[in-house]
Amino acid sequence: MVTGTVGAVLQVLLIAVGSPLLVGVMRQVRARLEGRAGAGIAQPWRDLRKLLRKQAISPHGTGWVFRLAPLLLAGTALVAAAVVPLVTTASPLDGVADLFAVTALLALGSVALALGALDTGTAFGGMGASREMTVLALVEPTILVSVFALSIRVGSTSLGSIVTATARDPLSVISPVSALAAVALAIVTIAETGRIPVDNPSTHLELTMIHEAMVLEYAGPDLALIEWASAMRLSVLLGLLASLFFPLGIAGADAGVLGLAAAVIAIVVKVALLGVLLAAGEVFMAKLRLFRVPELLAGSFLLALLAVAASFFLA
Amino acid sequence: MNLVGTLYVTALAGCAVAALAALTAPARARLPLTGWCTAVAGAVGAAAGVAALSGGVSAGVSAGVSPGGPAGGSGPSWSAWLPDLLPLAGVRLAIDPLGGVFVAVTGLVTVCAAIYGIGYCAHGLDGRLFQAVLPLFVAALLLVPAAASVSTFLLTWELMAVTSLLLVLAEHRRRAEVGRAGLWYAVMTHLGLVAILAGLVAFAAGAAGESFAELRAAELPPGAATVVFLATAAGFASKAGIVPLHVWLPRAHPEAPSHVSALMSAAMVNLGAYGIIRVGLDLLGGGPAWWWLLVLAAGALSALYGILQAAVTSDLKRLLGYSTTENLGLVLVGVGAAGFFAVSDLPVPAALALAAALLHVVNHAAFKTVLFLSAGSVLHATGTRDLDALGGLRTRLPYTTAVFAVGALCASALPPGNAFVSEWLLLQSLIHALPGAGVAGAVTMPLAVGVIALSAGLAVATFVKAFGVGFLARPRSAEAEAARESPPPMLAAMTFAAVGCVVLALAPTLVVPALGRAVGVVFPGRDVVSGELTLRLAGVSGMISPLLIAAALVIAVVAVLGLVRLTAARRARRAARLWDCGAGPMSARMEYTATSFAEPLQRVFDDVLAPESDVDVTPMKESAYLVERVRFQARVPDRIEHRLYDPLIAAAAAVGNRARALATGSVHRYLGYGFWALTGALLVLVALW
Repeated sequence: MVTGTVGAVLQVLLIAVGSPLLVGVMRQVRARLEGRAGAGIAQPWRDLRKLLRKQAISPHGTGWVFRLAPLLLAGTALVAAAVVPLVTTASPLDGVADLFAVTALLALGSVALALGALDTGTAFGGMGASREMTVLALVEPTILVSVFALSIRVGSTSLGSIVTATARDPLSVISPVSALAAVALAIVTIAETGRIPVDNPSTHLELTMIHEAMVLEYAGPDLALIEWASAMRLSVLLGLLASLFFPLGIAGADAGVLGLAAAVIAIVVKVALLGVLLAAGEVFMAKLRLFRVPELLAGSFLLALLAVAASFFLA
Repeated sequence: MNLVGTLYVTALAGCAVAALAALTAPARARLPLTGWCTAVAGAVGAAAGVAALSGGVSAGVSAGVSPGGPAGGSGPSWSAWLPDLLPLAGVRLAIDPLGGVFVAVTGLVTVCAAIYGIGYCAHGLDGRLFQAVLPLFVAALLLVPAAASVSTFLLTWELMAVTSLLLVLAEHRRRAEVGRAGLWYAVMTHLGLVAILAGLVAFAAGAAGESFAELRAAELPPGAATVVFLATAAGFASKAGIVPLHVWLPRAHPEAPSHVSALMSAAMVNLGAYGIIRVGLDLLGGGPAWWWLLVLAAGALSALYGILQAAVTSDLKRLLGYSTTENLGLVLVGVGAAGFFAVSDLPVPAALALAAALLHVVNHAAFKTVLFLSAGSVLHATGTRDLDALGGLRTRLPYTTAVFAVGALCASALPPGNAFVSEWLLLQSLIHALPGAGVAGAVTMPLAVGVIALSAGLAVATFVKAFGVGFLARPRSAEAEAARESPPPMLAAMTFAAVGCVVLALAPTLVVPALGRAVGVVFPGRDVVSGELTLRLAGVSGMISPLLIAAALVIAVVAVLGLVRLTAARRARRAARLWDCGAGPMSARMEYTATSFAEPLQRVFDDVLAPESDVDVTPMKESAYLVERVRFQARVPDRIEHRLYDPLIAAAAAVGNRARALATGSVHRYLGYGFWALTGALLVLVALW
């Protein structure tokens, strides 16, 4: 229990502090691969500090929905960070929310942001919100069916039990079920976090953007919150992928101080590796046309469906 | 008479008093008197339902003898036989926990709708007839789940259909569409009645009598049981708005007055699901697996089709109507899964799936009441249901906006909402069935999970559209600009319904164990869940705590707020012009509308929805190259209606037109028809007997 609580607090702190650094690492990798010097991995934190010092702005015609959206986005990301097993599988919140609840919580964050965008009444806000909701609706089946595939072996959708079972028997990951589910979830993670090929986080061209179109009217501390929360969502989802399919080093219920420290190092290394991989992949890819994205997501849904079928017919 | 009986009879009496008051009271006192009487009757009815759910052991018999006899703990909480009330059959009533759920839901929805009606009906709907029919409709809704014999059931069912039809037609003088919607509704509901009547009469013919106790004891041959099930299921599905029998629903719900829409959508359609559970699972006692896979497939199809249509429509109440189709589809997914698991010998997931279905009935009733009542408030304030013409209601109707936000959050199945809990329970039941459900289960369950997920995702998009476009941003029309908040009775009723949603969302642990007793009527001897703060599944592993999730969320948001206050610059917020990429100032016409919001989804599901668009270019007189006007029209028709019903109606009309030639107006000819018909009948009788 004590280990679990300490672990949960540790992983929230880790995500809160480390996620902007992850974004920094990814941007740096991209810059180097593209032949630029890059701004250094601490640049996202410097940006956040700059934004926090600026005056908050309420555009004319916006109201409580616009104000509440960044808070809710960051809040959902923090709760997800506390629940998902990153450092420890024995988080005291594990029984509170399972994998379904975590994905629904992250969706709640997206919804808050979309409503904030609609509240501005600008064409860009509406465009971003509409596209974000389309992608969200299409992503949902893949997530839930992949969860189904992963939960069959354990007989539960609890994140703690899935990860514990995999950690106890790491070779069980080398199966068609896990491979298919992993690919499906990876595609979904890319879509949820708005990375290439679904969305381009560094674009400011109105015809291509989804996430950036929603946050155009935000400035100062509000924008800082959104940037921070987006980074946290990215880290949580990458960490979740790492824990589900490669839980090496994660602290169990009876881990000591050393175990927790090792778990922290392990998750940092794993998430950083995934981030570098994602950033490197983005260099070689172009963004898909918006109306090609559903095909990608339908493909990922098919993989998830195959994963469930494999779990039954190959078992 | 025991507690349940006393409360239930009081509720029915309350409805009668309300109807009498509507007929006799002077015009000024009519609305409050009828409204409050109906509300009190609803509250008492709800209490009766809750008492039936929580007690369940003591069995009282009021008048006459009860031949089936309540046997043991699973018998009805209250039953009555009134042999003299109806010729030949008599009236037989019984409330068991399963019926109790639906009585309680109806009662609570009635409380909200009746109080709301006091404010809503003040302009034009305060006539004697309308006010008197509403309590009768409520009484019929309370009677259907308590009917315990075929004749009583059919009679109350028809009473419900006729009274609701009169209520739907209330505003037929104002809009021509009301009449058309009423016609669709009348035809569909009566075709449904014919199907149910045929099925139940065939059932009673095969059993020793027509009381439900005798039907339960009957052993039908499999072929007859299948006919009974398919006929009744079709009738009940049409009442529940299940695809492809849903066509009346998205017409009748928008055209009815809003509190009637709430009653229909939150209480009446539930009884379709009740009928399938009662006849299929309880009276017929299961059946082959394919029955239930059929129910599951119909439910899944409705869930997807309903929410897809809701996602692309821009009429607020039509959107809510299609969302009803979606949610009842989800309920039927649960019912179908429960029947299928029961046949496959998986008692734990079966009980879980049925509990999930019942919980979704309760949750859907709660949030649909909120949504229809607040949509009515919007209609009351602006006179339009078109989302493309709304917007900016956040500052003009702050209460309605907040209440609608609660309802939309609940309807989109996101965490602090109540639908999330029931969909979670449904998903858990599907997931825990897998190793045991065989190949049929291994193929259907993942698809069912995918369908539930996609419908949940589309529901999110739908309700973001309804709330974001309808209530936020700036008004898109003069009507929305001039909107004023609704009168206090309407706001009070909406708030009450919203509080119900919140309670259901945060404390499902209070409701689900009671629903477990209702499940026990069909699958005896099972606890479904346990736990006070955390919903813990019994028999399989799985838990969740909506209350703690909400608490964690609040703590996280407050922590983030504190962090920002601590670190950010301490300067007051500055109001500024919208940036909008340097363009502007914006006009309201530049906003995204509901149609444009749904455009990507419409394009993605192009093959399913088959939208129609029409470009009409009018050139100038002088030259074909100079354009005077371009008219663009786009609409998404209901494809099933288009493909399935239009040809049928056209064929019926063609037959009718042809038959005109038979009726020339000549009396001799008509006498000839009579003669030949009589001779033919006699010949048939001679040949067959």
